[in-house]
Amino acid sequence: MSSADIYREIILDYYRNPRNYGKITNPDIAQRDSNPLCGDELEMHLNIKENKVADVKFTGKGCAISQASASMLTELIMGKNFEEVKNLSKEDILDNLGLHDLGPARIKCALLSLKVLKSGLYSYLSEKLKDTESADKIKEEASGLY
Amino acid sequence: MQTSMINIEDIRKDFPILKRKVHKDKALVYLDNAATTQKPIQVIDAISNYYLNYNSNIHRAVHELAEEATLAYENTRDKIVKFINAKSREEIIFVRGTTEAINLVAYSWGRQNVNKDDIVVTTEYEHHSNIVPWQLLTKEKDAKLEYVGVDDNGELLLDQLDKYLETGRVKLVAFSQMSNVLGTITDSEEIIRRCKKKGVRVLVDGAQSVPHLKVDLQKLDCDFFAFSAHKMLGPTGVGVLWARKELLEGMVPFNGGGDMIREVHKYETSWNDLPYKFEAGTPNIADVIGFAAAIDYLERIGMDKVREHEMELTKYAIDKMSQIKGIKLYGQMDVVKRGGVISFNLGDIHPHDLATIIDEDGVAIRSGHHCAQVLMERLDVSATSRASFYIYNTKDEIDVFIKSLYRAKELFRL
Repeated sequence: MSSADIYREIILDYYRNPRNYGKITNPDIAQRDSNPLCGDELEMHLNIKENKVADVKFTGKGCAISQASASMLTELIMGKNFEEVKNLSKEDILDNLGLHDLGPARIKCALLSLKVLKSGLYSYLSEKLKDTESADKIKEEASGLY
Repeated sequence: MQTSMINIEDIRKDFPILKRKVHKDKALVYLDNAATTQKPIQVIDAISNYYLNYNSNIHRAVHELAEEATLAYENTRDKIVKFINAKSREEIIFVRGTTEAINLVAYSWGRQNVNKDDIVVTTEYEHHSNIVPWQLLTKEKDAKLEYVGVDDNGELLLDQLDKYLETGRVKLVAFSQMSNVLGTITDSEEIIRRCKKKGVRVLVDGAQSVPHLKVDLQKLDCDFFAFSAHKMLGPTGVGVLWARKELLEGMVPFNGGGDMIREVHKYETSWNDLPYKFEAGTPNIADVIGFAAAIDYLERIGMDKVREHEMELTKYAIDKMSQIKGIKLYGQMDVVKRGGVISFNLGDIHPHDLATIIDEDGVAIRSGHHCAQVLMERLDVSATSRASFYIYNTKDEIDVFIKSLYRAKELFRL
């Protein structure tokens, strides 16, 4: 897709004015990852209450795509049912961003946020909920994202 | 448009890849030469000629093909001796690239000579390949790794070097002759002079300098020198470690195996002569042969001409880029003190976004940390964009690049 289609007003707006930017003290989930190819960094914090995402924040450094993607993902999952969040797919993220047909190098930027989220959910499921079956499933999904 | 020094149109005809289009109909403007350069047809032909006509293993067999291959392979070594003004062919070790050359020194010489509380000094503008091997070595030996800092102009702070040298604990100083990010040309002779006074060994990373500057090892007077073929028109997978013969003689082999031995018995082996002692296994024969064609090509143009052309392009690019509002150029602006590598950031456009946008116009640049995260920390940025030039680049291409930067600015509403 062309740059004019990628760098739409909305992507630039989320890049320059990220929503839910910051950290949560003592979060239920804290997960950090980086893209070794370009050094993009992302850390997500979540609180889960009554099986729902009670709060979510992120911090990071990186390109407009990775940072807008993270910010838009936090808005997408805020208040959502835990099950729904668990089942988020690559397509959901790209639909939400309105970015399709990104090249192989840049799709990693768009999906870093989902990768961080799924890795965080893996730790939460395996360590706190002791649900190894769901945990393993989500771990596999996270590693298949690139 | 072309510089008066060399006939660029003729040179460009030798590079088939420069004729290709990218993104359907855009002429390729290749400005990622610090990562790897394009290859002239002479290099490509030399490699395919080996595979088509005399492919065979070297050094052992007595048949005609093997003899031809051995001659061609060893011919490259002789060309390199002349190209960098080494004393003898015994000092030229073929490796996979600069990274392997530095690792060889760290593992072989380093393990024998660096001990507890000794110091290895490197600089803040090194490529990871001249940092990580020293981290591994100093951690293993409980030694220290220290850094010579970089000032805001992209120059090394040599006072810091003196401070380390005065401790009397420094065993090795390792630095690059040209920064792959800032393009700074290191005052190598001065550093080496200071190290020699204290009896300290010096390793010079020539990955960025040998392709662009005339390098004379007798004048430089370092102890180890490393560079790669692929950044100087040659193939990937070939590089050179040069080291003083007396040092190589005292060093243990890095890899054990075929070709590096004189006699092998059940429990003891004696080593082959230099340089073969350090070339275990079947080497990258085809690409070493291709490397000779690259050296021939550069010698035919003349390294002085290469340098003049790049200085002219760099000056032209810096002048044009400086006029763009919101651009930040890193490092030294005096083209006499820097090579044709320009790192920059444009407003708040992340380098990856910038590279994506200008790629659509056919312009290939690098974006990211350039394997120099220590320097990125020093510059307090997570990444930069980097344009780097070589003999086949033209001012017209720089104009395309500049125009594309303005388009990126517009897309980001800057």
